[in-house]
Amino acid sequence: MAAILIAGFLFTQGADNEFYFFASYVVLQGLVMAVAWNILGGFAGYVNFGSAGFFGAGVYTSIVLNKAFALPLPLLIVASGCVCGLLGLATGVLTLRLKGIYFAIATLAIAIMLETVASNWEYVGGAAGTFVLQPTEFFVFDSYIELLFMVMLSLSILAMIVARYLSSSKIGHGLSAIRDDELAAECMGVPTLRLKLVSAVTMGALMGMAGAPYPFFVTFIDPISAFSLLIAVNAIAMPMIGGTAAWYGPVIGALLLGLVQEISTVTISSELNLLIVGVMLVGFITLAPQGIVGLARKLWLKKRSP
Amino acid sequence: MNAVVTGVLLGGFYAAVALGLSITFGQLDIVNIAHPTFVIFGSYVAYIVNENFGLDPVLAGIAFAPVFFLLGMALYRVYYVSFERTGQESLSGLTFFFGLMFIIEVFLILFYGVDYRLVSAPYIGKTWHLGFIDFPLRMTVPFVVAIVMTGGVFLYLSKTYMGRAIQAVSQDRLALQLMGADPIKVKQIALGIAIATAAVAGALLIIIQPVEPSVGRLYIGRVFAIVVLGGMGSIGGTLVAALMIGVIESFIATFYGPSWAPAVGYGILLITLAIRPQGIFGRA
Repeated sequence: MAAILIAGFLFTQGADNEFYFFASYVVLQGLVMAVAWNILGGFAGYVNFGSAGFFGAGVYTSIVLNKAFALPLPLLIVASGCVCGLLGLATGVLTLRLKGIYFAIATLAIAIMLETVASNWEYVGGAAGTFVLQPTEFFVFDSYIELLFMVMLSLSILAMIVARYLSSSKIGHGLSAIRDDELAAECMGVPTLRLKLVSAVTMGALMGMAGAPYPFFVTFIDPISAFSLLIAVNAIAMPMIGGTAAWYGPVIGALLLGLVQEISTVTISSELNLLIVGVMLVGFITLAPQGIVGLARKLWLKKRSP
Repeated sequence: MNAVVTGVLLGGFYAAVALGLSITFGQLDIVNIAHPTFVIFGSYVAYIVNENFGLDPVLAGIAFAPVFFLLGMALYRVYYVSFERTGQESLSGLTFFFGLMFIIEVFLILFYGVDYRLVSAPYIGKTWHLGFIDFPLRMTVPFVVAIVMTGGVFLYLSKTYMGRAIQAVSQDRLALQLMGADPIKVKQIALGIAIATAAVAGALLIIIQPVEPSVGRLYIGRVFAIVVLGGMGSIGGTLVAALMIGVIESFIATFYGPSWAPAVGYGILLITLAIRPQGIFGRA
């Protein structure tokens, strides 16, 4: 993990084409969202349709605190993480007691509610949106985008460490027991509600942290882009394509889908790029429900057994 | 007073939109989150027919209902083969419909852009006045059609053999099989009917307001609120809940401004889920 960070740092010092950093930032942002989504969606089987809501809440927390107190970026990220972690907790308390479908619809509801609030809140620009100034200090980097790239890379590594820890710990085993048979897990003494809440908070916090630097990345933000459906779709599609059972599934999915999207946005058009995401998502869940990781495992098993 | 009338008219139309979901989600346990997008699809079909042939949008919707019926049947086949048979419906099935919703939306954007589309019909723009109460015809006509359709589906479900089989299929699959009905076929027809109502509801929607591809997302909250509030699958409950939401939304729009109206459906949905998830008319 540390090696990736160092490699990323060397990359910022070596490469000077800014486009690479823009593209990598978007891919890594997708990676954080996908890994976060998978903590509840893949490990426990609770689908979150409202990833954009958590992301957008992170974006707006960051905008408000930046506008009111001009806090530095690391503090904004921590604050957004806290706010969205609480949001995850609230959503969980409200709906995780019910069947998974209600949780799914509630997350969608929260995303739309937050978007409506943001569109009606004049302080952050309302529906018209607002401009955010990038700081002019870059520390050791050549430009602000390189700094943002390093921030997002660190967040990705943080997300992967958290997800790996959760999946190999007792919490992860409890969550997969919930996914396979919640009633049986409950009877065996797994504290199902508490585990689900822990993962909802972790998921929310990571998504909020992914959103916090976004205003500085785009410099102009309005509710439609902060709560974009594409963010929610990507957060679902990436784990589904990579494979939801393992923590590294979403990482593979995010890198693959992110790369495909970046290439197709540049070479074809951005609408077609959306279509590719949708078709890949539906294609994978109907034809390969275990994702790439599942396909690879199947091939591996076939090779070993003559 | 006008707010109440508008709300009731709007509510009747919401019932038409929620009707299909009430069948799929309430009675078949298929969480078709893409249902509102099928409604938008229906709106575009009505728009295309109206624009090219000048056919009345309601008639266009009814004419295309059989096509949507076949579409729904085909959809169930895919859903059954890929998810229901393998027991994957909770995670993958849900995501499948979400992906489907996204694909339809992007398709509409690719072909028609994000501009608002509208239809023309002789009654749009006219208003009846009864005393000091206004009945805008662009809302009254959809209201009447919606009530007729809801009533028709209600009679079909409660009076015919197939209708009763649809109501029974999610409750006791085995008993249904013993009665000599094939549950897969029953569900296939039910999903067909549900999607067919979306064709008509879509035509009604584009009479009431101009439509662009992402309008469907607002309806997800509304229709799920209606179906849950109405007690999952009860057609009468769906109608009452739809009227309630219509009136509440109309009041919020009148007193706080229309930009808050989208949050109403979702807000009511969240409150319902938190306090009384079985709905007003549901069994505890």
